[in-house]
Amino acid sequence: MFLKVFAVGGAICTLAQLLINYTKMTAGRILVYFLIAGLVLQTFGLYQYLVDFAGAGATVPISGFGYLLAKGAMEGAKKGLFDAITGGITAAGMGITAAIVFGYLFALLFKSKSKMN
Amino acid sequence: MKNDKDFINENYLNYVKSVSPKTNEPRSLIRAFFVGGLICCIGQGIRYLFEYAAGLNGDELAAYVSAVLIFLGAFLTGLGVYDRIGKFAGGGSIVPITGFANSVVSPAIEFKTEGYIYGVAAKMFVIAGPIIVFGVFGSVVVGLLHFGIINIF
Repeated sequence: MFLKVFAVGGAICTLAQLLINYTKMTAGRILVYFLIAGLVLQTFGLYQYLVDFAGAGATVPISGFGYLLAKGAMEGAKKGLFDAITGGITAAGMGITAAIVFGYLFALLFKSKSKMN
Repeated sequence: MKNDKDFINENYLNYVKSVSPKTNEPRSLIRAFFVGGLICCIGQGIRYLFEYAAGLNGDELAAYVSAVLIFLGAFLTGLGVYDRIGKFAGGGSIVPITGFANSVVSPAIEFKTEGYIYGVAAKMFVIAGPIIVFGVFGSVVVGLLHFGIINIF
């Protein structure tokens, strides 16, 4: 299993590095494109195959975040209109909350290191 | 015939090319592959740990794993370790969810001098903001389309 995780996770990151090398894309753009790619792939049910195959290798990259949003929205749509709208952010709620809470907390606790390099 | 402006631009671009750091392309790809794969394996390890130790499964398990990885990414960014990994790994450290945490904490710390509201709280969304905007917008589109398909057909 770890071999599959390593191969798929590594491959997704290599694809990002290829984009960095050949298109001079910045980190923010790559993150957004990968997120949208995961979201669109899951809309057609395709990213699920990758998740079933590689586990964390597919869910840890940011495209897995897009997968989670699309999956939540589609599961919500089965319950009704309200859940169709809120389903995506509900599924991604833990990730977004963790990023905001830990992000703010560690920004308060630590000082800038950039000048020391 | 070239005019002066083109000539100057060309000189300038050549200068930029000679000064900017050379990325060794095959090597950068290998580094991205290994670091990215390694971070995903750490995620899988945490996944197994939570599955057996805490008996979690499904979406709950996945959510806790990403929360732990975000914690680690944010913590290592605070220590200044993650930026060093980033210099080495490039795409390998940007794309995993730990890179998302890094993109939140890094500008937040950088702009601390501008205060805790307009500095930290506003600047932490410089990169994470677009991700959340496109993510939420996309999920609502997908949800509504799916709802429409289910209820009309």
